[in-house]
Amino acid sequence: MAERVLMKGNEAIAEAAIRAGCRHYFGYPITPQTEIAAYMAKKMPKIGGVFLQAESEIASINMVYGAAAAGVRVMTSSSSPGISLKAEGLSYIAGSDVPALVVNVQRGGPGLGGIQPSQSDYFQATKGGGHGDYKMIVLAPASVQEMASLTIKGFNLADKYLMTSMILADGTIGQMMEPITFEDAEIENYDKPWALTGTNCERAHNIVNSLYLKPDELEMKNIERFERYKLIEEREAMWEEYMMEDAEFCVVAFGIAARVAKNAVVAARNEGIKVGLIRPITLWPFPKDALLAAADQVKGFISVELNMGQMIEDIRLYTQSKKPVGLCNRCGGMIPEPDEILESIRNAQKGVF
Amino acid sequence: MKTTQILIAGFGGQGILFAGKFLAYKGLTEELQVSWLPSYGPEMRGGTANCNVILSDTPVGSPIITQPDVLIAMNLPSLQKYVDTVVSGGQIYVDSALIDEKVAREDVEVFYIPATQIAKSEGIATLANMIMIGHLLENNPQLSFDGTEEVVKKLVPPAKAALVELNLKALTLGKEYK
Repeated sequence: MAERVLMKGNEAIAEAAIRAGCRHYFGYPITPQTEIAAYMAKKMPKIGGVFLQAESEIASINMVYGAAAAGVRVMTSSSSPGISLKAEGLSYIAGSDVPALVVNVQRGGPGLGGIQPSQSDYFQATKGGGHGDYKMIVLAPASVQEMASLTIKGFNLADKYLMTSMILADGTIGQMMEPITFEDAEIENYDKPWALTGTNCERAHNIVNSLYLKPDELEMKNIERFERYKLIEEREAMWEEYMMEDAEFCVVAFGIAARVAKNAVVAARNEGIKVGLIRPITLWPFPKDALLAAADQVKGFISVELNMGQMIEDIRLYTQSKKPVGLCNRCGGMIPEPDEILESIRNAQKGVF
Repeated sequence: MKTTQILIAGFGGQGILFAGKFLAYKGLTEELQVSWLPSYGPEMRGGTANCNVILSDTPVGSPIITQPDVLIAMNLPSLQKYVDTVVSGGQIYVDSALIDEKVAREDVEVFYIPATQIAKSEGIATLANMIMIGHLLENNPQLSFDGTEEVVKKLVPPAKAALVELNLKALTLGKEYK
């Protein structure tokens, strides 16, 4: 067995990225994700990689765009306000169909907000953020181990589908330490014949671009892209089910909220309430089949989120509102206690959502 | 199932996070499931700092401790803030050199150690945290003093090897304090 090591979630992302072959990191510091940049600053020069602290978030995402166009594995990381600054670049990357990994270790918002953990960028991550019709693969780790494994997965998926994978974490998972192993790291390699690597006068020029002035051409580009998105929706949804076999109520939560919710589910089971948990691991593609199947089984859902209620809209959408969906939430950097979630579960049993 | 939830709290600079890290590494070497969650807000920049450590033989659920089995309080505000959150039957370790107040609860076991005073008189003023930890390991039925040397060696970077002996000294002082 590979050795278990204790790491912070942020460090696990950085180490996993290096193991996945990433040798290009561009970023700008912001709490609570700065350990990623610090780790890269220390490691990259020793392994022939590039660590560059750009003059701003906007510069760093455009450096990512450039490196991605050159066909190398590249990443940036930031936290909520910094991701807003990167939104234009994310749209350009999507419009150019190049692969990149972007990490958002969320903090409370809007505006400068605070530095404590939050999940209030769910809409931004899953519904766009930048302009235009586009998607990102959004991965939501709930442990330090998943910070590592989903980073590697994110690089693989980005290369496979030529788009951005976003790790949507939060301050808690970023800052906490847990033991992890790297033994299962499965690195996939994809040819990148489209990359800007120099022609050596032996092939036609490659062009990476998001500008299409002919509307029919641009329409076709969008349609092609959405055919790819459809494949991803069919193939790549990931989720965890916990105590769902006989569940009459279903808690839905991701990331740190799912960790707290699990404690509440156990406590409710001890009181005899048949409740389970579905934890989306990919937020896009959303695990809609799992939710729709659960809608035929349970009497209702409780969405536990660190925001004012964002994922709850997708739960209602994908369960076709067949059953009531309640919200148990805290925001601004606050995290619900297991007892608060337990109370929501008790209420659900009384028919109050 | 055996789970121990330990909350360590005090001022920034007292080595609160390091003390937690030591317990986390100890759990790691004992093949336990471990989580370590620090406070990372403005409070750690000169104000109060705290650290949540969970050691368990089953996977750790929430890493956030709301009802600790063990509280280590290294200043008065921390004791006042968390004293009522400790589970009934739990333990509270108080640095009595910095905290005059006594714990009024009778359903918890309380240990008073003048750790900061001992550390100062032994010439290891910055290691009151490890004196507290030594006392905890000796007096908590779920934890043990075994293997501390190996953990300290793992935790102290090679460049600061001289600190290994001093940390072990502090742990032993805590262990032997009556």
